[in-house]
Amino acid sequence: MNLSEETILKIDALIPKYPEKRSAALMLIHLIQDELGAIDLEACEWIADKLELQPINIQELITFYPMLREKPWGKKHIRVCRTLPCALRGSYATCQALEKKLGVKEGHVRDDGEYSIEFMECLADCGEGPVVMVDEETYENVDSVKAGELADLLTSGTLEISKKFVSYENALIQDSNLEAAPKSKPSTK
Amino acid sequence: MSNKSTPTERRIILKNADDPNYSNKISCYLREGGYAMLKKSFKMKPEEIGAEVLKSGVRGRGGAGFPAGMKWKFLDRKSGKPIYLICNADESEPGTFKDRQIIHKDPHQLIEGMMIAAYAIQAKQAFIYIRAEFFEGARILESAIDEAKAKGFCGDKILGSDFSCDLVVHRGAGAYICGEETGLIESLEGKRPNPRIKPPYFPAVLGLYQCPTIVNNVETLCNVKHIMEIGGDEFAKIGKPNNTGTRIWCVSGHVKKPGYYEFECGALTMGEMIYDVCGGLLPGRSLQAVIPGGSSSKILRADERFSGKLKDGTDFDWGVEDIPLDFDGPMAAGTMSGSGGIIVMDDTVDMVEAMANINAFYAHESCGQCTPCREGSLWMRKITQRMCDGGAREEDADLLLSVANQIEGRTICAFGEAAAWPTQSFIAKFRDRFEDKVKNPERKKSSLQLI
Repeated sequence: MNLSEETILKIDALIPKYPEKRSAALMLIHLIQDELGAIDLEACEWIADKLELQPINIQELITFYPMLREKPWGKKHIRVCRTLPCALRGSYATCQALEKKLGVKEGHVRDDGEYSIEFMECLADCGEGPVVMVDEETYENVDSVKAGELADLLTSGTLEISKKFVSYENALIQDSNLEAAPKSKPSTK
Repeated sequence: MSNKSTPTERRIILKNADDPNYSNKISCYLREGGYAMLKKSFKMKPEEIGAEVLKSGVRGRGGAGFPAGMKWKFLDRKSGKPIYLICNADESEPGTFKDRQIIHKDPHQLIEGMMIAAYAIQAKQAFIYIRAEFFEGARILESAIDEAKAKGFCGDKILGSDFSCDLVVHRGAGAYICGEETGLIESLEGKRPNPRIKPPYFPAVLGLYQCPTIVNNVETLCNVKHIMEIGGDEFAKIGKPNNTGTRIWCVSGHVKKPGYYEFECGALTMGEMIYDVCGGLLPGRSLQAVIPGGSSSKILRADERFSGKLKDGTDFDWGVEDIPLDFDGPMAAGTMSGSGGIIVMDDTVDMVEAMANINAFYAHESCGQCTPCREGSLWMRKITQRMCDGGAREEDADLLLSVANQIEGRTICAFGEAAAWPTQSFIAKFRDRFEDKVKNPERKKSSLQLI
């Protein structure tokens, strides 16, 4: 199995953080899945070996947790929240608009491997639904019309620079560029 | 309409979160007096901190509402085994999005609260178990921990004392059951998150690695810092007796201004929240139902009345709008404030579809360990799905109720109740809609697809 040196270093730094090696399993799986897209049998055996476990101890995690994968999602993975608060604001229509525009059904990867859509359970941003995640970025209030626009920006490769769609995470990063400037307080003299 | 003023928020936990001059960097936190309470706490004896938390009356913010100070008191300190502290940041109860704000916007508040708590319970190591969908949230916490370590607020020899406590961010992988504390512990041990049976596996005695463990919600741990700031007695004056402190209510669904709002417990009613704070319903709509505390809590019908005697002996006679937003109010109305996730539904909602949506969630999230829950949640999903697909039968309401009743009380963890309560309450309060589905199987034009 070919893992980058960076990932190997991260793995070796991670394991001693836990009182028992087995506890590192989920985090190791995340690191390897981030790089390889999925955990196949070879990766499973590699992780098990690393943590002095049996491959089944890793396989049983992959097959249980919804976000762990035996086969990769598309290059861009779109998550749409399905659960009630988002559904009350139209997330089924949002998902259908994305399916139509991107040419792939939810739960599947497009034939060319570019896109995949997943109808997810609660993404914990219910006040701003429907919520759509593109890879690790969260977009809020994406109704079916905006979903079409988002898909167009995605396919033209301009979503990241769009001013109309600023993700929850990006809004924070812009915010955190603020270092602790002295707080402007009204003079109390 | 009366011209009474809109209830005002009292932001304690979210004081700085949305300030445009505030970021999640430690410099901002220190500017606002951050980590002063950690310093104050380290001059006290650990048990004195526990006593303050107990006096504060603060109840767990994750859903069950169990007094945090009491939970700490149950900790087995005699065994000599290492003690662990875990922050439950798996926020996943549908309708809840408060911990997201704290983690992303004010992570140091959580770290300070956790380090005070860790010192109070003399934890050897602490973990933050965060849901994996918060990719950026986990990175923010990790860099905040690095910042805190560099300044001696966390990690080795905190504030130059003999007390060390490492803090590790651990990501889940999309499973709701990891919000259940014993499931979370199993997950953190690197296993499938099948919850453990209580007794004997009360985490305070037999938790992580069979060692005494405290699992507290994000908001609860943040409160620890504020309890240290003003003392347990003063904290207990915020809110109402037995309902102390503030709560961050998350409002979603059919209101004009959904969002998160922090109020003193009991400072406002459900009606004030919906109509004054959240700007009311969308134009031309009327209220049909409210789910007051995350999707597991029992639904309330807009025209229901609730009456009885409160714990303090006073009589009450409420409509949905009159229910006080605290812990005891929703409880008196036969439901619960749970995680504080208020889901508002107007008259356009097809209640059978809403039920089907909720059932699909629980069927997806059951860990599968206990047969009544695994099979029951699956059948409730299948039945409501069939009803929405045009195959509703007259006996379906009774059938659903019988399945739900056979789950409740027959499972290892409270997920069984969480899956059964929605169905039981929907059938009790909206039976007419389930019966009507037989005669009118089509979705109304005004109703959104929910399944």
